[in-house]
Amino acid sequence: MSTRYLLRYDESERINHWATALLFLLAAFSGLALFHPSLFFFTDLFGGGVWARILHPFLGCLMFIAFLLLFLRLWRQNVWTDADREWMRHSGELLRGEKSNMPPAGKYNAGQKAVFWVAAIALVLLLATGITFWQPWFADAFPITLRRFAVLLHAFSAFVLVITIIVHIYAAIWVKGTVRAMTRGTVSEAWARQNHPLWYKEMTGGK
Amino acid sequence: MSSLQSLDIANRSAMTTPPPQARHTPEVAKLIDVSSCIGCKACQVACMQWNDLRDNVGVNTGTYANPLDLTPESWTVMRFSEVEIKADEGTRLEWLIRKDGCMHCAEPGCLKACPAPGAIVKYTNGIVDFISENCIGCGNCITGCPFNVPRISKKDSKAYKCSLCSDRVAVGLEPACVKTCPTGAIRFGSKEDMLEFGADRVADLKERGFAQAAVYNPQGVGGTHVMYVLQHADQPELYHGLPADPKISPLVSVWKGVAKPLAVAAMIGAVLVGFFHYIKVGPIETKEEETP
Repeated sequence: MSTRYLLRYDESERINHWATALLFLLAAFSGLALFHPSLFFFTDLFGGGVWARILHPFLGCLMFIAFLLLFLRLWRQNVWTDADREWMRHSGELLRGEKSNMPPAGKYNAGQKAVFWVAAIALVLLLATGITFWQPWFADAFPITLRRFAVLLHAFSAFVLVITIIVHIYAAIWVKGTVRAMTRGTVSEAWARQNHPLWYKEMTGGK
Repeated sequence: MSSLQSLDIANRSAMTTPPPQARHTPEVAKLIDVSSCIGCKACQVACMQWNDLRDNVGVNTGTYANPLDLTPESWTVMRFSEVEIKADEGTRLEWLIRKDGCMHCAEPGCLKACPAPGAIVKYTNGIVDFISENCIGCGNCITGCPFNVPRISKKDSKAYKCSLCSDRVAVGLEPACVKTCPTGAIRFGSKEDMLEFGADRVADLKERGFAQAAVYNPQGVGGTHVMYVLQHADQPELYHGLPADPKISPLVSVWKGVAKPLAVAAMIGAVLVGFFHYIKVGPIETKEEETP
């Protein structure tokens, strides 16, 4: 019997996701280059320190726009519910490889929703703080004390976002059959049944 | 301005290991005696001339201040403050004139905040210099500085400030402003000598009734290599907002201090945790044979 597949992401959702992902990588590497001296060599990927400084905010803004489009497509399915709280309580068991107690998930489980919302909040903070010290366009308009605070919050938000994306990527590698949802757009029915049973029912009409 | 200096480097921006330290050079300092400054601005002119800087012609705003603020082309400006001082005989008007510019801190906030390797250096003689070819124009030096001194040029997006004429000092000359000062209000020499000279000036001022006179060499930034003799050292804010206790903002020191190495370690750690989690627990596989 051949494997049957369900459509999880159509082509415009996939392109939107990967545009966001590529822009995240570019913004992250150009930002990390200025975050710690040991990572300054990343500036070479962008044509040197000055270019990394010039490009980083534009890349960040483009990432924000790309994520915003993704956010508008997906936020409804990411609304937090009581079942998600229950899922979070059992998340430790899942990490130990024990998934029998996990409450059934819809299109997204609580972990995925958490990634979604943390990324959304981090990006809003990154945009809002980044503008206050964007040289040479806007920085002069903001008081120095505010810029000091903004630089710190920007670095912190970026750190949280990077950790979140590491978790996001790892989860995709960890749960086999997930990556093709974003590369080919489809997942196997068995994958959906096991990992997102409520979504599976929704997609197949509860059979 | 340039790294072609015959000066030894004591600290360098965005460097995590110590520079060569075997040689010892005495620390230098500039001492600005506010009480004998007449506000002639010869030092501003000498600074422009030696450093080949030509600022735009400004506008007259009804005060002697010109230009109104430090700029990428004006590395030193006279600050004029009219203040009323309470004295025995009543209130007395005083006209305080302070030559503003980089203080060359022993613990420079600009250098701490700078992410570009070697864009800001502190020489062993105490001079803090911007090496323009390494500057990436991010403006972090501005957030790092407790004295609001660095300025980013609109022309080339590089940061500029007083270099204490490091090129002149490197060949045994005094800074241009010191050379030109007609009243001897600006002096230059070893930091030790300048402190001693300053102490003499303070003693004179105290004799003349300025009981609070002192040398301004703020310890919050480890002392500075530009120091002032102030008549009213108990209220440095009188001198166009000279900070009473300048130090690197805790926001900057937390961010550049403990937070960064920890954050880098945490990010690498997150990847490692993922890797070993996979090795220990293994993936969640889809069991294709399972039936609903």
